Amino acid sequence: MIALLLRDLRLAVRAGGGFGLGLAFFLIVTVLVPLGVGPQTALLARIAPGVLWIGALLACLLSLDRIFALDREDGSLDLLATAPLPMEGIAFVKALAHWITTGLPLVAAAPLLGVLLNLPTPGYLWLLVSLALGTPALSVIGTFGAALTVGLKRGGLLLSLLVLPLYVPTLIFGAEAARRGAEGMDVQTPLLMLAGISAGAVALLPFASAAVLRINLR
Amino acid sequence: MPLSPRAGSGYPKRMVLDIRDLTVSRGGIPVLEGVSFELAPGHALALRGPNGSGKTTLLRTIAGLQPPHSGSISGAGERIAYAAHSDGLKAMMTVRENLAFWASVFGETDISTALRDFDLDRLDDRLAGALSAGQKRRLGLARLMVTGRPVWVLDEPTVSLDAASVALFAAAVRRHLQAGGSALMATHIDLGIPEAQGLDVTPFKAAPRAAAHDEAFL
Repeated sequence: MIALLLRDLRLAVRAGGGFGLGLAFFLIVTVLVPLGVGPQTALLARIAPGVLWIGALLACLLSLDRIFALDREDGSLDLLATAPLPMEGIAFVKALAHWITTGLPLVAAAPLLGVLLNLPTPGYLWLLVSLALGTPALSVIGTFGAALTVGLKRGGLLLSLLVLPLYVPTLIFGAEAARRGAEGMDVQTPLLMLAGISAGAVALLPFASAAVLRINLR
Repeated sequence: MPLSPRAGSGYPKRMVLDIRDLTVSRGGIPVLEGVSFELAPGHALALRGPNGSGKTTLLRTIAGLQPPHSGSISGAGERIAYAAHSDGLKAMMTVRENLAFWASVFGETDISTALRDFDLDRLDDRLAGALSAGQKRRLGLARLMVTGRPVWVLDEPTVSLDAASVALFAAAVRRHLQAGGSALMATHIDLGIPEAQGLDVTPFKAAPRAAAHDEAFL
């Protein structure tokens, strides 16, 4: 399993691996929003947590179809399925590799991009915390969606439509925590809900992904 | 090339792969039915039959990638090393990295023997994407040697190999047989392996019948 994780990380940073894809998209969204909204710092400060969260979510969505499709195309997925790794483990490692290559860079970049959106000072910490708690759920849910659409050529559209509604609770509680943090309110409730969604998704969805993969490999 | 088995390469469990009255289906429709054979250690079996006769479906079922329609398979599971039409190679990793990845997935460490036996020593630092079709195939077959598994299930292993590479492959299979392994191959050409018996799958062709409408999802 560690070998699979290392291979995926190594592939991600090599040419054509798509490591910077999500990060670049996140950057583009957060640079363009202030230009589109105009020089109203008070308005920007109000919408900053939500825009940053939506940007992170869409950036995550962008790289989902690579999770299994590439392995399916070159036959690795069939060979992995006959290897001594449990399918649940494969699904978990794939989600983990996606989080390390996409989610973690987004968490790290978000405070820097918050400056562009005039995010209020108390908001930086809670933006960071809410993204760190929420992005694992985005990766795990996305891996489930990728497993569902793995047999389809150009399944990216269907994948986005399947996954978006599943992302809604994470977005609501994540953006709410960041907003309350920015306005200096109590953040405990949305953060607890967010952590609960992440923990539940990480615990349960690898099993669902594995079951779906087995059906799709037939 | 000497045909004596290498020290320490014998397989401990001398189990027989036993296929009894097996019916395999594709998309819920049976393609082969009543297939029965035994494959003892040290033996090889070459499946023959025209394109579309169900050889690949039979091999995928035996490899555990899809459940049998009916009948029983014993002595398979974790003893199978499967090689399909596509080799499961990552274009952006070198020959050595590709092989080392599969070796560690299967809990093995030695890849030099496999590189030598398939004449890949001089290519080991080259990216797999820069190999010719025949060289990729040789790397895909070298992967079998690093699995440490006794039953090789091969789907048209000699596609795009030249005569010299076919001879390398035949020698590798014979060494595998002499070490107590066995091989099940779907092939259209004579591999030059005198130990191999032939089995024509045409007589097992399933009578045409309509599948229940939801069978593909069960």
